[in-house]
Amino acid sequence: MIQAGVIGVGQTNYDSKRRDVSMAGLVREAIDKAMLAADIEWDAVDAVVLGKAPDMFEGVIMPELYLADAIGAVGKPVLRVHTAGSVGGSTAVIAASHVCSGQFKTVLTVTFEKQSESNATWALSPRYPYSPHINAGAGGYFAPFIREYIRRYEPPEHIGWKVAAKDRQNALKNPLAHLQIPGIDEKMVSETPMLWEPLRYLESCPSSDGACAMVITSEDRVGSRNVAWIRGMAVRSEGTLSAGRDEVNPQGGIDCAKDIYQQAGIHNPRTEIDCAEIYVPFSWYEPMWLENLGFCDLGQGWKLTDEGVTALDGSLPVNMSGGVLSSNPIGASGMIRFGEAALQVMGLAEDHQVEDAKISMGHAYGGAAQFFAMWIVSSSKD
Amino acid sequence: MSDDQAPKDYKESFIHLEYQYTAGSATTTFLNQVKEGRLVGQSCPKCKAVYVPPRGSCPRCGIATSIEVPLTDKGCVESFTVVHIPIPGNPIVPPYVCAMIRLDEADISFLHLVQDIEIDQIRIGMRVQAVWKPKDEWTHSLENIKWFAPIDEPDVDVSTLRFKPS
Amino acid sequence: MKKVAVVGYAQHKILPNAGALNEVELIMPVVHKVFNDLGISQDDIGFTCSGSCDYLQGAAFAFVEGLSAIQTSPPIKESHVEMDAAWALYESMLKIKMGDADTALIYGFGKSSPGNLDSIISLQMDPYYISPLWPDRVSLAALQAQILLQQKIITHDEMMATVIEARNNAANNPNALLTDHVSEDLYQADSLISSPLRGFDCPPISDGASAMVIASEDKAFEFTDNPIWIEGIDHSIESSNLGSRDLATSPTIQNAITNLNLKNINFDVAELHTQFSHEVPFLRKLLNLTNVPTNLSGGPLVGNVMMCAGLDAIGKTFQSLVRDQSDHGIAHASSGPCLQHNMVVHLERHK
Repeated sequence: MIQAGVIGVGQTNYDSKRRDVSMAGLVREAIDKAMLAADIEWDAVDAVVLGKAPDMFEGVIMPELYLADAIGAVGKPVLRVHTAGSVGGSTAVIAASHVCSGQFKTVLTVTFEKQSESNATWALSPRYPYSPHINAGAGGYFAPFIREYIRRYEPPEHIGWKVAAKDRQNALKNPLAHLQIPGIDEKMVSETPMLWEPLRYLESCPSSDGACAMVITSEDRVGSRNVAWIRGMAVRSEGTLSAGRDEVNPQGGIDCAKDIYQQAGIHNPRTEIDCAEIYVPFSWYEPMWLENLGFCDLGQGWKLTDEGVTALDGSLPVNMSGGVLSSNPIGASGMIRFGEAALQVMGLAEDHQVEDAKISMGHAYGGAAQFFAMWIVSSSKD
Repeated sequence: MSDDQAPKDYKESFIHLEYQYTAGSATTTFLNQVKEGRLVGQSCPKCKAVYVPPRGSCPRCGIATSIEVPLTDKGCVESFTVVHIPIPGNPIVPPYVCAMIRLDEADISFLHLVQDIEIDQIRIGMRVQAVWKPKDEWTHSLENIKWFAPIDEPDVDVSTLRFKPS
Repeated sequence: MKKVAVVGYAQHKILPNAGALNEVELIMPVVHKVFNDLGISQDDIGFTCSGSCDYLQGAAFAFVEGLSAIQTSPPIKESHVEMDAAWALYESMLKIKMGDADTALIYGFGKSSPGNLDSIISLQMDPYYISPLWPDRVSLAALQAQILLQQKIITHDEMMATVIEARNNAANNPNALLTDHVSEDLYQADSLISSPLRGFDCPPISDGASAMVIASEDKAFEFTDNPIWIEGIDHSIESSNLGSRDLATSPTIQNAITNLNLKNINFDVAELHTQFSHEVPFLRKLLNLTNVPTNLSGGPLVGNVMMCAGLDAIGKTFQSLVRDQSDHGIAHASSGPCLQHNMVVHLERHK
């Protein structure tokens, strides 16, 4: 397989309303930063891959058509990816596939969401005829799975608060993060209103505007650039309402992780992976995914969180950037995980840099915890 | 100039699209039964998994669920959440319980309300039964069931509910 | 790089209104058909990719529902483009070329009947300047038709001949939606929708689904004796700003001709994703296909399943090459107003 690497990551600042820019302006902001970081000009870009979640969020159908100019795609191939919440991750995988296929040398990929242009909870829970209208957004959907996790393994209540506080503390070291909550701690989280039991307000992700872009290139075009080598990447999907599916520990996530570990030659992710950006939109998903991704045995994930293993100064830092809990432009949220993983191994994560990070993981999930996209990036090629 | 006199930097512009919604053949068959107060699932001819409400397929096997399976309106709470925020455009007043209801003999659950019990008494594995609206209000919707209410039967260990293909 | 072949294709009968059939009920029959034709199952598929558009039927996640038509236990390598399924084919081909899969299932589905397609497609335009004017898809196409006529690149007679031929060719296509013949008189009597386009110049509102299987050169002959090779595939997009485009030509088609080295190939058959009659003579001239049998299936003018019609052009070309044992076919897929985004596929019977 042709080797590929990330040579530039660009992110907008994330905010509840980016009314200072149009949709085109938003994506271009991220692209300009990524291309500057990659030190490339437009003529080096062979193809563009655009990802975002439902078009319903902004009222623009097939936005690659309207955005063709802003994303620099005119005269070039462009592909639009939509795999629900995992889209940012799968878009990165597909962009890298453009390079690994040998068809293209350098690919620009960008994902975005401008949630302020619409009402996301409405867009996710429209009223369909013939159906009881009782689902209150994504939190209402995922909370029962979290409750089942708690029933199985009986973790203490403060685990969720701990994740929420930890990720927001990390966000204070990331100037691009949407939620900047000075003095955030477990107590503050625990005192916020309950939304969907057991999830409190600060245990839930915000709605954000923002975009994330990356430049991915083939080995022979890297030159002397700083690069995050893609050592493994994979996607997996399972049907929504499939009998026997375990929504708490989905087989798709298990298989996807095993696939990338095998590609990257990782036998023990807990010791061999230096840090990870994992898609945690609700606090309890940190321990749930730690188990699902094989960082520990089932029922042990909450102990890693509780012992501070996943803190920025722990032995397996998770969501150093503040994660989805701090910034959530849905369509871009997956790519932010992938891009932040790349920044870590490139040594460019500034105040939230994990010291000496050599191998990191990016993870995204979507739908009813049924779509998965993951990659492993490394500072070394082999 | 005070804030309310400052020019707004945005304008709300509403997009209105109308659709003729269809539920699908399998769901239509199901809803026709629901209108008569019956819950009828469909099973996979290969792995025998029972789906309710049916969408016409077994995603395990990728084949149509052709066999109709009459079900009771009893089941258990597979999991649940207590919702404390209002649903946009819905009159239901929080807090309320949104639960994954697993009907007896069914292999997937669906979301519905649980009431007639103190909220802090609700638990995973609790046995429940449908509370139907008066018959003259029945229509083509699971809203014919007002909610599920607890029944006096021992709790179920939900880990035993996981589907195993036959 | 591994060569990739189309090995199977199936199309749902194109319906004016699929009514109660949901995504699953449209997709499953064509997936089963293409599997049965090849004697394979999902277990033989390395990558699955679909194309669809949530807005057509107004569901936030129609493609997620559609996935229930596919066997997903054990979990599958799968992805989705919010584009015509021709681009799902493109993505799948990349996966095979990079060695991530040896085979791929591609499917597309679209139900245009539940909504108002004119309004929905308006939302493809610039949301700040153009969409608020709700330009409908026919009027946008008419802009290009008017320019092509005025610059004498095409003629009214060619448009009429295209419509008459499309209806005649529908006899070749058991899945066609419009099969009744149109005479010159009938065409001339038809009223204008957006000048210069008459009703007959526009595609019918259609519902349907299609599926295709492709395979690497290592696998193709295990599935069929008649693989058809993707000799070349190229796509690119133009500006979204109609005012900055020269609608009398197509730089993206020109790109494809150059990139795929098509100039000196004698094509036996062509299937073009031409939704409006004027696009047929326009693209035939651009692609040098004037003497090549084009849209023998009738093309989108006799059945135009949104998010699928581009994949159908590739599938119909594949079927022609297999049936006639001819050598070279050319297929075209398109997206956006006035042929903004074009894909050209060169299919060849010999590897």
